[in-house]
Amino acid sequence: MAEATRNRTVLVLLDPATEVRSSVLELLTIARSLGRVEAVTLEAPTVEALAQLSAFGVETVHQAELAPATQGDARHLAPVVAATLAAAVRLTDADVVLAPSSFAAKEAAALAARELGAGVVIDAASVTEDGDGRVVAGKRVFAGSWDTTSTVRTEVAVLTVRANAVVPQPADAAVATEVEGFAVAVDGVVPTVVERTPTVRDSDRPTLEEAAVVVAGGRGTGGDFGPVNELADALGAAVGASRDAVFEGWFDRYVGQTGVTVAPRLYIGAGISGAPHHRGGMQASQVVVAVNNDPEAPIFEICDFAVVGDLTEVLPQAAAIIRAHKDQ
Amino acid sequence: MRIAVLVKYVPDINAERRFADCRVVRDPAEGTLNELDENALEAALRIVEALPEAEREASEVVALTVAPPEGDLALRKSFQMGVDRGIRVSDDALAGSDYFGTTAALAAAVRRLEAEGPVDLVVTGMAALDGLGSVVPALVAAELDRPALTFAKKVAVEAGTLEIVRETDEATETLTAPLPAVLSVADTANTPRFPNFKLIMAARTKQIEAWSAADLDLDLAAVGAAGARTETTQASPRPEKPEVELVQDKGSGGQALAEYLIRNDLV
Repeated sequence: MAEATRNRTVLVLLDPATEVRSSVLELLTIARSLGRVEAVTLEAPTVEALAQLSAFGVETVHQAELAPATQGDARHLAPVVAATLAAAVRLTDADVVLAPSSFAAKEAAALAARELGAGVVIDAASVTEDGDGRVVAGKRVFAGSWDTTSTVRTEVAVLTVRANAVVPQPADAAVATEVEGFAVAVDGVVPTVVERTPTVRDSDRPTLEEAAVVVAGGRGTGGDFGPVNELADALGAAVGASRDAVFEGWFDRYVGQTGVTVAPRLYIGAGISGAPHHRGGMQASQVVVAVNNDPEAPIFEICDFAVVGDLTEVLPQAAAIIRAHKDQ
Repeated sequence: MRIAVLVKYVPDINAERRFADCRVVRDPAEGTLNELDENALEAALRIVEALPEAEREASEVVALTVAPPEGDLALRKSFQMGVDRGIRVSDDALAGSDYFGTTAALAAAVRRLEAEGPVDLVVTGMAALDGLGSVVPALVAAELDRPALTFAKKVAVEAGTLEIVRETDEATETLTAPLPAVLSVADTANTPRFPNFKLIMAARTKQIEAWSAADLDLDLAAVGAAGARTETTQASPRPEKPEVELVQDKGSGGQALAEYLIRNDLV
């Protein structure tokens, strides 16, 4: 087993490397609490990304040099990312690998752990160490109703960490960041990418999975997300939806245990009844608020604050007062 | 076409789910087929139904689970949807397995099926609703040395090639791989069928095949709690939330909401 020491090397996955998202800044913050931080990428980081890595204490970025067959769009596929992570661990003798909890990164983390004979924790809410220096992960499970603690029993620990686990903190002092290439051979079977269209996100709003405040609309909106958007804009929040609303074609991304899982400081559900499926995706939120005209809506059982009423009246009124408060 | 659908027996998300001694309690009265596996079964059945008649007649869809005996319930439900065979792998040696132990057992069971004849496709749901890790499909594929096409929103099989469309956090992708392959299906891929009366009646008398670890080519040191690379050392229920502060809107509900947020420093 690993020794109790701060002398660890912690690798953080940065994919894509065109920007450093808040989820990755969180990983870098956690990584510094565990040891020395290095980043792993599959492409050249942008100048902006490098500046952030420098501010967050990353001295070395290991950039994969891939064979032609696994370059291009294929470089984001799980077997390629996994081979890169495993090769980087061998290169740096790293003890811990941290990745975000996206579906793609989860697969890559698990495959890398398989190749390394390492233990893997998916969807960690916290990462610390025990008295013996073993990596310990906290998880929130069963739709946020239970907390578990998992101890990694292997020398190398691979973890994916949920967004909003910690508040990102830059290092005490910025460091000089070097990019170093390293060769990566991919042994696993890689599918063929016929077409890949990167998703363009609304740049005026924070991303759903990383936002500190989320306002989500459900069937009760009747398809009009105007009031939801208005409150979200007043709060600087991300907008989400229930699965029903997405199936109706009213919105593109849903909060739920198989959709986007969120754990913001504040979650506001409007016209959402709170089916188990939806609760599984948001119940770990710190404060839950609901607006629904049905006083029997199950979401009220897990709320801190709720309004029984018409969301087309309640949300704009709240938004106006919040805007006025912010202007003070 | 021979398809193995990997299904899981999980605690019902509508029941009170809990841990005892750091393990998930699997109460037979509150267990069910993982809902997301219904999408996998539906996808497998549709692939077979789309084949020319001769090929369809020669096809087989097998539901496969690693579970204690109460997991038969997941296989009964699979029969009701229309699968041809149901196999349960049960062994005390498998209890407490981590992702890798579970994967090893599932892959070994697929290999044993393969000893009878080729398995063209392994199909799974996108996640199990108890653990929600979503990594077993990719790990099974790696164990079987087959390509994995995961989180499929659209599925097509043609001339020995599997093609999917999926939406990841980053992009919309169209991926292909030659069979044999592993496919995981998103919950947006299809609407699972309701079992009809004939299938429900037939499901009652279908025989479930029970395999043990000894029937599989499996390294017992790598499975079960002893072989697990992670160990759950604590599990505790979250404290109950205090009673909800419920406001009936009589014209100032929005104001009450805004004041709550401001008072709690959430603005």
